[in-house]
Amino acid sequence: MNIWTALVAFVAALLTVAMFVMADWDLPPVQNTQTGYRGTAMAEIDDIERLQVEIEANQLPDVPWELDTTGPRASEVYENVPALGHLSSDQFDRLMAAITEWVSPEEGCSYCHNDDNLASDEVYTKVVARRMLEMTWEINADWGEHVAETGVTCYTCHRGHPVPENVWFREDAPGPTRGWAGYTAGQNTVSVGLTSLQTDPFSTLLGDDGEIRVESLTALPTGHEASIQETERTYSLMVHMSEALGVNCTFCHNTRAVQDWAQSTPQRTTAWHGIDMVRDLNAIYLDPLQPVFPEARLGPLGDVAKANCTTCHQGVQKPLNGASMLGDYPSLRSAP
Amino acid sequence: MAEYQNIFTRVQVRAGPDHGVDLPRHDSDRAGKPFFAYWFGKIGNAQIGPIYLGWTGIASLIFGFAAIEIIGLNMAASVNWDPIEFIRQLPWLALEPPPPKYGFMIIPPLAEGGWWVIAGFFLTTAILLWWVRTYRRAKALGMGTHVAWAFASAIWLYLVLGFIRPALMGSWAEAVPFGIFPHLDWTTAFSLRYGNLHYNPFHALSIVFLYGSVLLFAMHGATILAVSRLGGEREIEQVTDRGTAAERAALFWRWTMGFNATMESIHRWAWWFAVLTPLTGGIGILLTGTVVDNWYLWSVKHGVAPPYPDFFQGMGDPAMGAGQ
Repeated sequence: MNIWTALVAFVAALLTVAMFVMADWDLPPVQNTQTGYRGTAMAEIDDIERLQVEIEANQLPDVPWELDTTGPRASEVYENVPALGHLSSDQFDRLMAAITEWVSPEEGCSYCHNDDNLASDEVYTKVVARRMLEMTWEINADWGEHVAETGVTCYTCHRGHPVPENVWFREDAPGPTRGWAGYTAGQNTVSVGLTSLQTDPFSTLLGDDGEIRVESLTALPTGHEASIQETERTYSLMVHMSEALGVNCTFCHNTRAVQDWAQSTPQRTTAWHGIDMVRDLNAIYLDPLQPVFPEARLGPLGDVAKANCTTCHQGVQKPLNGASMLGDYPSLRSAP
Repeated sequence: MAEYQNIFTRVQVRAGPDHGVDLPRHDSDRAGKPFFAYWFGKIGNAQIGPIYLGWTGIASLIFGFAAIEIIGLNMAASVNWDPIEFIRQLPWLALEPPPPKYGFMIIPPLAEGGWWVIAGFFLTTAILLWWVRTYRRAKALGMGTHVAWAFASAIWLYLVLGFIRPALMGSWAEAVPFGIFPHLDWTTAFSLRYGNLHYNPFHALSIVFLYGSVLLFAMHGATILAVSRLGGEREIEQVTDRGTAAERAALFWRWTMGFNATMESIHRWAWWFAVLTPLTGGIGILLTGTVVDNWYLWSVKHGVAPPYPDFFQGMGDPAMGAGQ
């Protein structure tokens, strides 16, 4: 009897401690900002301590030196500079120094260049970097509906890492299991936001133009056939967006009618363009680089690392808390 | 006074074990030698056993065991039979129903959810056999069959979720996965797909009865505890022979809210509230997708959902050219 009592007490104590230690608590103070019509529970809830951590984690890197756009062009000074030859050689050097700090601070110039012949394209990362510059130009020039005047630079995603920390690869499409049991439909494991939703909503919804809209648009059935599984896939993408931006559902939606645009916040329109943008970047810039990458850089199905919302946002509503680096690096604003 | 705030039973009556009334001739005997457990006595009756399984009980346990086994082994297979991952991820694992392409096929391939149908069959058989057991044991004791019919109400909701509605929708994929978090994700996805279940009036009724049950339970428990020093725990006797406990309890509620239930009616209130919770909930689920596809729009159509002022002026679907 006493052994059992002790055991029960021990388990109860263990669970109590686990509840306090393991759960992801937000300690007060918490800041609450109303964002929608009263009584609709539309509010942003921020943990002030976490906001402080985010501010520290999103500081801009130092600028190498004062910008000087005069003097000879890079194309006159260097060989093989098709993308950036129009810059002054000083501006070119400054951008190279900055990119090294942003992308390969430990590996240095030789992460992309052959040290003996800087003009050579033999290191694959140099080819990738050139394409990424073109991608940056397109984002800043053509995707103002998502990135506004703030724009992006290499640092928005890379943050000192040769491969951005938040990327995704394709997983096997949900299908029959290899054996005769254990069918999961691509879900039912620890997934985004600690849900058990699909682990890879991205292949279909950000890698391809899969249908995100699942909710019926008529009161009565009229042949709208989105399945529960497709709904869970969309839900998985939405949880990803919520985690990526550190916001809740009501940041974009009035959750009484999630699909209704007329009741949604303007941020939903920005996010809609963001999804469009990411699909475009994955299809036009990232996927086609597949032959350039060595096998070790590819995913289990042989595809390149691709972007989702976290790639840039990294937990905050506006990447780098909305600070723009384009003023210091005007050459990244658009293609020449 | 502190003794009345104790969660544990304070009185344990101990005599020789009670073996129960004689059973009808065609029934097998109750099994097991009764014994007493002090800690069980703290939360209920200290006497454990004898138990009556009979063929329905034994068959129910076998079918139930098979269902749990199929679910557990499929969960283990989904983590490549890794025992550590099985324990670590257990709340996330599930046996998933077949994908939509198989419709309502009787046995879809085992590697694509066929096991879900088999587990569902075994679990349903186990539950129905257990229902037969609650009905027949009540009859054997000369009781009413209230427990069996209350249980039947819960079974109705279970069958609507896992069988009747999927049959009407023509797809097993509409059914609920067997898993802890996966069935919660299913619930949210179900509400998102069908336009917010909170606007489903039967869902609303179900919540009323659920919370109402909780309220009635608290009111009744509190009332009886409060008059137990006056003999209030002899509730059933006091249905016909009101003692001072029943009089005081009734007066208390008439004083505080102008109306009181009786020693009989409070139990009928509670039984109906409990029974109506899954009964109305099951109707709400059954109508979703079959008769109504978007509960919010349905509520707008019938003047239930109030319109709000245009708070975010000029918002519209960018895919239709708005806000560009």
